Amino acid sequence: MKVRILVSFKDSVLDPQGQTVKNALHTLGYDAVRDVRQGKVFEIDLAGVSKDAAGTLIPEISDKVLANPIIEKFTWQVIEE
Amino acid sequence: MKFGVVTFPGSNCDFDTYYALRDVMGQPTVALWHKDHSLQGVDCVVLPGGFSYGDYLRSGAIARFAPLMREVGEFAAKGGLVVGICNGFQVLLELGLLPGAMLRNKRLKFLCQFVTVRCESERTRFTSRSRPGQVLRIPIAHFDGNYFAPPATLAEIEANGQVLFRYTDAEGRPTEEANVNGSLHGIAGLTNRQGNVMGMMPHPERAVDRLLGSVDGRIIFESMIGRP
Repeated sequence: MKVRILVSFKDSVLDPQGQTVKNALHTLGYDAVRDVRQGKVFEIDLAGVSKDAAGTLIPEISDKVLANPIIEKFTWQVIEE
Repeated sequence: MKFGVVTFPGSNCDFDTYYALRDVMGQPTVALWHKDHSLQGVDCVVLPGGFSYGDYLRSGAIARFAPLMREVGEFAAKGGLVVGICNGFQVLLELGLLPGAMLRNKRLKFLCQFVTVRCESERTRFTSRSRPGQVLRIPIAHFDGNYFAPPATLAEIEANGQVLFRYTDAEGRPTEEANVNGSLHGIAGLTNRQGNVMGMMPHPERAVDRLLGSVDGRIIFESMIGRP
């Protein structure tokens, strides 16, 4: 099973890289862009794990290693059964 | 006082720190290896600056899983002195030995320059040789030094007097320009609640000889050593 995890800054944390990308897009004339938040993507290949077990495992891995819960949040989805 | 300086893959201030402690401060100092499981009876563990594990994932995020860090955690819990400089500070934050986290510098630039920081207390193990409110001139060299903590944590740190150094101008005034990386409350260094674990972004080991442009870093080492 493959899962995709998206780690990004919490809404309460300023994301200067996202702001810079937004400014660049505005410079290019993409005025419809209201905001940009930048994040990291992880694709994890799991072996011998049920969907239920992944539901416990992935948040655990994300909280412990992939994201720093003080500044970051994460979402995840199964991309391949 | 016996010091141990830990080397991780990617540490690059380990030898400077070792030199400053052994040759400049004249203290018995040993090099500690991240894969070992012994602190060799040191009185103080120093996590030096650099780019441990290439700053992969987040600065300091991988180094916290190094084998030796279990011993460092136990040592800190028993009241042993632990100091993290720059990347070492980031490791201590990731380990949870110090509160908060680091964000990228406010203007997204790697900053390599002298800064001035104000000692917030002279009643700590790390600043006892400083004068009240003394301003130290010490260099920084980092990309991720923009200190962040949630409001409740920040209030707690301040209430407990855990802030050790704050970015200020040369007169000790906390200005926007002096806070070069955008740290909340201008925090450049702090301790844990017990006062035995300390992290700071400026590099005191780079300010121990007049040839280097400043000797202010010595005040921190002298405070720890307790030499008059």
